[in-house]
Amino acid sequence: MASTIQCDIVSAEAEIFSGAASMVVITGEEGELGIAPRHAPLLTRIKPGQVRVMLPEGGEEFYYVSGGMLEVQPHVVTVLADTAARAADLDEAAAVKAKEEAERALSDRSADMEMAQAQAQLAEAVAQLAALERLRKNLKR
Amino acid sequence: MSGSKEIVGQIKSIKNTRKVTRALEMVSASKIRKAQDRMQASRPYARMIRQAIGHLAHANPEYKHPFTQQREDIKRVGYVIISSDRGLCGGLNNNMFRQLLGRFREHQENGQEVSLVLIGKKGQQFFKRIKVEIVAAVQDLGEQPQLEKLIGSIKIMLDGYRDGTMDEIFLCYNDFVNTMTQRVTVDQLLPLPPATDEPMLKYWDYLYEPDPESLLDDLLVRYIESLVYNATLENLASEHAARMVAMKNASDNANNLIDELNLAYNKARQAAITQEISEIVGGAAAV
Repeated sequence: MASTIQCDIVSAEAEIFSGAASMVVITGEEGELGIAPRHAPLLTRIKPGQVRVMLPEGGEEFYYVSGGMLEVQPHVVTVLADTAARAADLDEAAAVKAKEEAERALSDRSADMEMAQAQAQLAEAVAQLAALERLRKNLKR
Repeated sequence: MSGSKEIVGQIKSIKNTRKVTRALEMVSASKIRKAQDRMQASRPYARMIRQAIGHLAHANPEYKHPFTQQREDIKRVGYVIISSDRGLCGGLNNNMFRQLLGRFREHQENGQEVSLVLIGKKGQQFFKRIKVEIVAAVQDLGEQPQLEKLIGSIKIMLDGYRDGTMDEIFLCYNDFVNTMTQRVTVDQLLPLPPATDEPMLKYWDYLYEPDPESLLDDLLVRYIESLVYNATLENLASEHAARMVAMKNASDNANNLIDELNLAYNKARQAAITQEISEIVGGAAAV
């Protein structure tokens, strides 16, 4: 049997594949990579695309990754797959959204304030009404 | 008999409450399992990244990433606080908030300011009442938190650290020890504590495509994201565990109340019967 290389494809949310492979084909940032056993240690970013895992007993498995990192050591290939589509501007948009959320949470405080003010006014009005009622009763007597 | 009628009404309403608390208890019990599975699933990723970062640090000792450097003067401290979206989980959130308030006070005494990133609704409700800066907030993560939702708020923190507005960042969540125990945990996110793995015997280095600096940066960002993501999962499991225990207590209390009320009801019923008999006997004697 030909030599094999341990292949792990993991994302932050789940382990996608783990097992032996005779070769792993993946699209790196600088081009297509075919990783056979005893490949030199390598670290690179990967582009969105397919990961092709050739199994030692023949046959292939395909996985789609939306980017991530690839780490190669002589007997281990690790694909750290991103679960989300990543790009600088996308991240920026997410950051802006989180900030808006925080501002919204803060502005809720002013709504609370208005509520408290309204309640205070209401309590005052009720007290005045009660006082008026009492006055009226006293007058009747 | 009017007293006993009221008691019957009370018993009925408490039984209804008990139904709700029991259902919630069972729902939480099943959700703990799922949350734990998810925690398990997210571990390999963090472990692999940590390994890769360890290799990188060994291979390039001369390159120091800003994320790994301690700063002398700490003016502003950032906290990523993970809380639950929903209540009815005992003192889980409040214990954590109280501990944090103590820490904030210490920071203020040292003349340091505090910025917060809040994950979860309960944290927002609590911290908007006190005077701290909230730079980002996320809520409604649901049962299957997605890393995607966290990226934005983490980026705000990391950017703050990069451009020097924040000098230290902590991560705060409830660590799931087991169903009965959840521990409030405050971990330092940035600067990253130095790696303590065993030294490598043979010197070797990666081939880098394109260059080690940008790769290390990417890896570190992903590592921090995975830490925060892991923490949200831990917190989710803790939330369900705490809710289960709280609901179990509530059901037990409801049982006790029902027992007491049953006793009171029977006493009232017997008193009514006794009274009726004595009235009949008294009436018969009078005739």
